[in-house]
Amino acid sequence: MSGQTPGVETYTPREFHRQAHDALGNPQIRANFRKAMDGLMSKRRDSFDDWDLETLRELGANIRLRALARLPDLLEQLEANCEANGIRVHWAEDGDEACRIVREICESHGARSVIKGKSMVSEEMHLNAHLEEAGIEALESDLGEYLVQLNQQTPSHIIMPAIHLNTDEISEILHDKTGTERTRDVDYMTAAARQQLRERFMAADVGVSGVNFAVAETGTLCLVENEGNGRMTTTVPPVHVAVTGIEKVVEQLRDVPPLYALLTRSATGQHVTTYFNMISSPRKEGEHDGPKEVHLVLVDSGRSRIYQDDELLDTLRCIRCGACMNHCPVYTRVGGHTYGTTYPGPIGSILSPHLMGLEETKDLPTASSLCGACGEVCPVKIPIPDLLVRLRKESVGEGRGNVPGAGIKRTRKEVAAWKGFQWLATHPGAWRSGTAVAGKLRALTPAKLGAWTDYRTAPKPASTTLHALVKRHQASKSHEPNSKSHEEER
Amino acid sequence: MTAVKLYPPRPDKVYLFGTCLIDLFYPEAGMDAIRLLEREGIEVLFPEDQTCCGQPAYTSGYHDEARAVAAAQLDLFPEPWPIVVPSGSCGGMMRTHYPQLFAGSDLEAKAEEVAGRVFELTEFLIHVCHLDLEDRGEPEKVAMHTSCSARREMGLAETGPALLAKLGQVELVEQARAAECCGFGGTFAVRHPEVSAAMVEDKTQAIEASGAKRFVTSDCGCMMNIGGRFEKLNKSIQGEHIASYLWRRTS
Repeated sequence: MSGQTPGVETYTPREFHRQAHDALGNPQIRANFRKAMDGLMSKRRDSFDDWDLETLRELGANIRLRALARLPDLLEQLEANCEANGIRVHWAEDGDEACRIVREICESHGARSVIKGKSMVSEEMHLNAHLEEAGIEALESDLGEYLVQLNQQTPSHIIMPAIHLNTDEISEILHDKTGTERTRDVDYMTAAARQQLRERFMAADVGVSGVNFAVAETGTLCLVENEGNGRMTTTVPPVHVAVTGIEKVVEQLRDVPPLYALLTRSATGQHVTTYFNMISSPRKEGEHDGPKEVHLVLVDSGRSRIYQDDELLDTLRCIRCGACMNHCPVYTRVGGHTYGTTYPGPIGSILSPHLMGLEETKDLPTASSLCGACGEVCPVKIPIPDLLVRLRKESVGEGRGNVPGAGIKRTRKEVAAWKGFQWLATHPGAWRSGTAVAGKLRALTPAKLGAWTDYRTAPKPASTTLHALVKRHQASKSHEPNSKSHEEER
Repeated sequence: MTAVKLYPPRPDKVYLFGTCLIDLFYPEAGMDAIRLLEREGIEVLFPEDQTCCGQPAYTSGYHDEARAVAAAQLDLFPEPWPIVVPSGSCGGMMRTHYPQLFAGSDLEAKAEEVAGRVFELTEFLIHVCHLDLEDRGEPEKVAMHTSCSARREMGLAETGPALLAKLGQVELVEQARAAECCGFGGTFAVRHPEVSAAMVEDKTQAIEASGAKRFVTSDCGCMMNIGGRFEKLNKSIQGEHIASYLWRRTS
């Protein structure tokens, strides 16, 4: 990761186990996430009272699939229609190129300060650090992002970046960094932050935002938000730069309402958000406000490689609602920072390996019990558990090799273990003798079986296998069909 | 989210796929499944050459090995009888993942055909046998843990509780976050032991707080995990496979 400030808390997916250990031992983290995720799950559950959830999910999935099926065409159409509207479109192969484009736009205007609306793609490309290296200050204006930035952290959730902090911790951060009086009054703190940010909006040279949906048909950029900071970011500074991944495009304007309905309900349980912005051009002749220039930076960063694989392609359906993390029993316990990636939780575990490679992220695809809660709630029906399995397959070198770092986890020892399993499970005679012997030797079962027995007792093989019991049962039936009771068999 | 499944009429015979965990650790659960089915007048065929459905290799990414193991199981069910599996996890593997595993291969049609005949035990008892039960046990509070595979992969959140509801003396108690994973997840418990431990800790606390002295489940992986945690803590709360529980209280 480039441009890290000394003293900033850093997390890396390579250290998933250590970070998980630390998070699990931190009662504050445990309590904050449990409480927040319980709340988000119940809000989501209650919010689909006006739509048939399954019908809407089916519709959402089909809209995304239809868009992805035509992705190259739609991107060209989006570019043409944006340009026709006066929005300048830039293409970035990777995060570094995207950073350079944004920096050059800033430099061409002599910009010293950038105000940012929430954008996970900008997190993914480490835009803030890049701009700061160039002497351009980048200030986050989403309240959660603002807090996280003040606290020199990264977001722990894609929708609620500061969800790992509770009221007291937030009060402490605002007090330390901005001199706001210590309080438990959330309204007071929000008002204080609002005041601090309001001045910065006025002074900012450039506004940078993300995009929720980019509509190819009309060249419109849609931005979903609750705080109004998105609208301020995209309208107050003289230049607006929107950055987004190439997968965010949808075909038509009519595709937006169902996706929006799914997004807000799945994310925060809201029927509508406070703001829904549709940006279709810079300030026109005779208009009194709005940015004079609007740019759209379309970032690939490995997405077109994902696109080449008909299974992995489903990863790109995501509309970034965060429901998968809200419902994930692993995320709920270890929190977002533990993953060490921009996108944590289940979606992060299926996306990050493409962005960072499997060598860096090898523990993420296995960091799931495959319980299926993520796939069950995904508003666009991404088969997340199947994709986790697919990445495990890639990790051990039995996939199609379409993920960077494929085969990184293939070790001679593990291969031998699974080949051994295969041999035994395809040689029924050996299987029966082996399991029978295990039963005979059950007294010798070790009381310690690695980490399993740190928390649980060791399972002991039964003295008689099912195979043997069935044989006895069948013999007893054929000899004395009515005289043997089940109790005697036992 | 499984599609609406049309259930066949009650057959004369079924195959039982006992699963490797039951074979090795909980054989009585398999026997009790056989007894329940036989009491319904159904002959139970137990193909002797069955071993494991292949799921451990499958979820670990070793699909070549899983495919070889699965292919060996596909040969065990030549007659058109239903295949009853006393586990949502292995049942889900056979029903959902066998067709995926063999897609595009010579065995695709066979895998599809076998998958179409796979029923999880509680599903089969409720929807095919329309089981009636006469409870002979003492009044008791019991908690149910439905495995994630049964609940989500096979869409069977209701069949276990529906069976328990047929036991007149049994009160099925509510537990907090009943739909949440217990933390087993096969090799997950080994690869991420601390996270898994945190999950099973919460699960045991929820079950204990429900006031139940016993929990039942239709998956032995969950039982080994939750029961092993209770035992480690020297708690008296016992786990039991639902087949054994039903048989014990009604025989």
